[in-house]
Amino acid sequence: MGHAEHGHIGQRVLRAEDERLLKGQGRYVADFEPAGTLHAAFVRSPYAHALIKRIDSSAALAIPGVKAVIDAAHMAGYIDKLRMPLGWPTKDLPPDITPYVLTPSEVCFVGEPIVMVLGTSRYIAEDGAAAVEVDYEPLPVVADVHSALLPDSPKVRLEAPSNVLKEFQVGYGDCEAVFRDAPHVFREKFSQHRGGAHPMEGRGLLAHYEPQHAALMIWASTQMPHELQFTVARALGLQDSMVRVTAPDVGGGFGAKFVIYPEEIAVAAAAFHCKQPVKWVEDRMEHFLSAIQERDQFWEVEIACSAGGQVLGIRGSMLHDQGAYTPQGINCAYNAATAVTGPYSVPAFHMDVKVVQTNKPYVIPVRGAGYPQGTFVMERLLDRAASELGIDRALIRERNLVPKEKMPYTKPLKARSGRHLVLDSGDYLGAQQKVLQAVDYSGFRQRQQAARAQGRYIGMGFAHGVKGTGRGPFESGSVRVSANGRITVATGAMAMGQGLNTAMAQIAAQALAVPVADVHVISGDTAHISMGIGGFASRQTITAGSSVHLAALEVAAKIRRAGAHMLQVPESELHLADGAVVHSADATRRVSYGDIARVLRGIPGYDLPPGVGAGLEAVVHWEPTDMAYVHGFHACEVEVDTVTGGVRLLSYLAMHDSGTLINPMICEGQIHGGIVHGIGNALFEYMRYDDQAQPQSVTLADYLMTTATEVPRLQVMFTQSPAPSNPLGVKGVGEAGTIPVTSAIASAIDDALRDFKVRVTQIPVDPVWLAGQMAAAERAAQGQPGT
Amino acid sequence: MTKLDAASRHDLTLRVNGRSQTVNVESRTTLADCLRHGLGLTGTHLGCEHGVCGSCTVLVDGVAARSCLMLAAQAQRHHIETVESLAVDGQLNELQQAFRELHGLQCGFCTPGILMTLTELLKTNPDASEDEVRRALSGHLCRCTGYENIVRAAMAALAQGGASHGPR
Amino acid sequence: MKPAPFNLHLPSTLDEALAVLAGSSNARAIAGGQSLMPMLNLRLAGVDDLVDLNGIAQLSGMAQDGDCIVIGAMTRQREIEQSALVARTLPLLSEAVGYIGHNQTRSRGTVGGSLCNLDPSAEIPTVAMAMDGELTIARQGSQRTVPMRDFALGLMSTCLDADELLTSVRLKPWPVKSGHGFVEFGRRHGDYAIVSAAALIELAPDGTVLRCSFTLGGVAHVPCRVPAAEQMLQGRRPEPEAIQKACAQASEIPALTDPAYPEWYRQRLAARLLERAVHLALERATPALTKTAP
Repeated sequence: MGHAEHGHIGQRVLRAEDERLLKGQGRYVADFEPAGTLHAAFVRSPYAHALIKRIDSSAALAIPGVKAVIDAAHMAGYIDKLRMPLGWPTKDLPPDITPYVLTPSEVCFVGEPIVMVLGTSRYIAEDGAAAVEVDYEPLPVVADVHSALLPDSPKVRLEAPSNVLKEFQVGYGDCEAVFRDAPHVFREKFSQHRGGAHPMEGRGLLAHYEPQHAALMIWASTQMPHELQFTVARALGLQDSMVRVTAPDVGGGFGAKFVIYPEEIAVAAAAFHCKQPVKWVEDRMEHFLSAIQERDQFWEVEIACSAGGQVLGIRGSMLHDQGAYTPQGINCAYNAATAVTGPYSVPAFHMDVKVVQTNKPYVIPVRGAGYPQGTFVMERLLDRAASELGIDRALIRERNLVPKEKMPYTKPLKARSGRHLVLDSGDYLGAQQKVLQAVDYSGFRQRQQAARAQGRYIGMGFAHGVKGTGRGPFESGSVRVSANGRITVATGAMAMGQGLNTAMAQIAAQALAVPVADVHVISGDTAHISMGIGGFASRQTITAGSSVHLAALEVAAKIRRAGAHMLQVPESELHLADGAVVHSADATRRVSYGDIARVLRGIPGYDLPPGVGAGLEAVVHWEPTDMAYVHGFHACEVEVDTVTGGVRLLSYLAMHDSGTLINPMICEGQIHGGIVHGIGNALFEYMRYDDQAQPQSVTLADYLMTTATEVPRLQVMFTQSPAPSNPLGVKGVGEAGTIPVTSAIASAIDDALRDFKVRVTQIPVDPVWLAGQMAAAERAAQGQPGT
Repeated sequence: MTKLDAASRHDLTLRVNGRSQTVNVESRTTLADCLRHGLGLTGTHLGCEHGVCGSCTVLVDGVAARSCLMLAAQAQRHHIETVESLAVDGQLNELQQAFRELHGLQCGFCTPGILMTLTELLKTNPDASEDEVRRALSGHLCRCTGYENIVRAAMAALAQGGASHGPR
Repeated sequence: MKPAPFNLHLPSTLDEALAVLAGSSNARAIAGGQSLMPMLNLRLAGVDDLVDLNGIAQLSGMAQDGDCIVIGAMTRQREIEQSALVARTLPLLSEAVGYIGHNQTRSRGTVGGSLCNLDPSAEIPTVAMAMDGELTIARQGSQRTVPMRDFALGLMSTCLDADELLTSVRLKPWPVKSGHGFVEFGRRHGDYAIVSAAALIELAPDGTVLRCSFTLGGVAHVPCRVPAAEQMLQGRRPEPEAIQKACAQASEIPALTDPAYPEWYRQRLAARLLERAVHLALERATPALTKTAP
């Protein structure tokens, strides 16, 4: 690590971006409006499955202000392929599974974009879209995965050979033998639904063709600017260097902006073709209809254990609803299946997974990326086993957690990269013990009984969750010192509210011994750094942080070399402090970074210092070799209204290990946000569809997100077990907060209703279902037959 | 009686952030769009356009309201205040400073609307409890912060005795 | 989501507004806009002529008129919430208004707008039904008064003709010593009620129920009284068992049903929430004093 003189790492440095944002001076895509901007609105399929028979745009074109009506036939002339390329292509996926930029003939989900209308305002573009006449021939609809698997099911897409996109197995050990011989086997079925990402700023893209450079300038609310650059360039037959993507302020991503969308290509192509700026800003309805979601997984699983609660094996099957298309692979399903064993040692494991297509919007990971679902399976199975075997829930976990003494602990499971999953560091049991003591778990039964005497049903629940973070293959980080001594950091990593820029500034400032305020960070701009991967999977602090750190160290090394030459002293007698390289014995002998940068800029006719090279900058593309495992243990108390089935959270405590914390304030904020997103998944968020795959919840009044009155104060504690696999010892934190939440809340509800033997196996928890359980119990108590 | 035809554009005079401004709008132009595009006050954001998310919240005669659910023409009778009015001589006011110090914002998209709601609360209920703060915030969706630090920042601002306000 | 084009009329008098309504085949009035603007933005409602009522001063305000309180249709929900007059004379309304949406919607939302939108679970229509409100309706050249029972015809459907406007609602306060209780279940604070219950109870000096009014929102197509329950408690001592039996009548009412909240669930909540409302009202009621009290 760099010098500790300016110890910025670990400090609660206030964010530089806040002043602008607080003053309302944020610049999101919607805020840009170059002269002559045309606004895009899309005609979207009202059917979940249909053939397009005829498109008549004459009425739309007659509206003053409508400048163009572009359908698939037009679009095919603007771009190389009408079909989107597969993002991050991997083997073993069938061909022709990606969406179309504009669909030419067969629409496969409600909301699929068919026609793009350009108008002088969004109002007029929507007028145009409403006036486009499209004749459809409805086709049979496949509305859910169970129907999709029936032998006589219609096809989700006529071109697809099967409604099953892919089947795969993960596992290890001898489940057959284990389950045959196990003293206890318990079976469960789980139904898990996670809805959409719903960043408060929706998707958006503004493309502006600059004829003097024959180049396309794009501002995009995206999590992957380099991928967008690459995809647009390819579609338009351009060099990468002729397309510039800048992400301005991005109002949250959460996975929704981590894929390239048809609309984005359509807008970029229209701008390039029309030679005018074209802007698309989605409204919330469009987000409901056509942005990615996570949606449904159905699990049938069984757990084998000893009488003492030792887990001997877990096996089962899972159906994952992928939607009609696959823009980017099936990592959500893969993650969920491989996440099941989590922080526990499970001797035998087997999961059969079917990724099934339906006539619904496509699925890629939302914050948490399948880990909450895998975690839920494990945690609920442990609670079930504990209940059946008469073992305390905390004790059964203690008996199966991988202890810290066994770290690094290699699981026989493999990640997508082919490497084994390795729990690298962490004290899971220690976290459990600390938290359960802090919430007075041992005293809870008494509190619960006292509440019961008052007619109140309260319960306590808890759960572990782990996730591998720091996904590769690399991230970019460049560090450059200007002639004025200020530092510029550029990275392909993306800021979307998580304070990335501040964290990178802290890392660079520490390595270079300067104040944080002297570091300016540019993230998400393809003009400032040539390569990058982007923001997802809790990777950026690890990957971009390491690259920035190492690049800063390279620059520091150059400073020393140049400084040694300029001061005519050996490097060993120099150190860095306050923006200068200083002689350790005589502080008056110093050269500022700025002076060194000026020298290394070069003066015509004069040689550069020997062995240093031009420029005071470095760029690193650090490649992770192993994932860094974050861990969280959450405990919460709930109260259940047995009349309405309503669930209220009374308290919430989380302990997390995210390794070295660059900025604890920012890390806490990430956990807060993750927890509340998880609460939404546990209690509120549900994308309802009818049996014609018509979405029923398409406004924020129907689709419920957690609000401030529905959360208690969140207490967050951190332990730090530095990751051995990166120079800073950091681990991810962006998603960690979401992972144990549904499990902890389900466990708490079960505990509150233990007299009724309720077991929550469906997420989100539905008050109607809970009330139904209560009603059945009431009838049974009165000696009446159940319904 | 005034009638604004659908087919034409109309000049209106609005009083926004203490200044009278002339804007040219359609009859259907929402107040939010008028503020953002007619007056360049892009600090007010659109998150849903059906009155739920709160990102568009402004003060109408000092009272928080959804600018996505008002027409620009309806605003003629009122004084509208947006987030741009909060800073004093370019400096963050006490409420904004509390947000900065306590990490009450992440992506910043929902923040301006929340600041306007809290600006009203600080004036009308300077002894607000945490429950009352959460109820005032219940009309705002935030996907980033989990509301925890927003509530802390609001309580800190209340404890300080309220926010100074920009020029009227 | 931007609205389709419409002509916008900004009348300053009731007569001007009524004239536009009479003269257009596709006109709607806009009050607080909290329900209509989302529908316009979503293009679920199409209108040629939008009549903005917000400039008509005579439609706002509250006043005592004889033994009634008259509330102008354009009175903001926020005004109701903050009104000492309402708190003192119409405490059920005061309690119910706090459940409507959020601060930011009550600042614009109006009493009249809520009554005319007539969402089956809306608080103001539920209170108007509980208190047998009288609604005054105007058209060009005439006006009429309609009791709430006759105003609320069906699911989000009032007796208003296309050229009529609701101008005010009259509510007759219950005696000061009567009790009120408004209870609802929504998923989150400020959400639409799934089911709500309003109870008004006046006790006789001997502690029996002299008069009671029980109303449910979110159950039937319109907020509905529960006469079976009212009759069962009339003249009886309001003991817990009697209350439970009476409120159980509420679960017999045919209820709205949808995939999220089926009929049986609304019926369950109807009975239980009404019970809670009745107990709340009883806590607040005190028996009427008479000259011959011991």
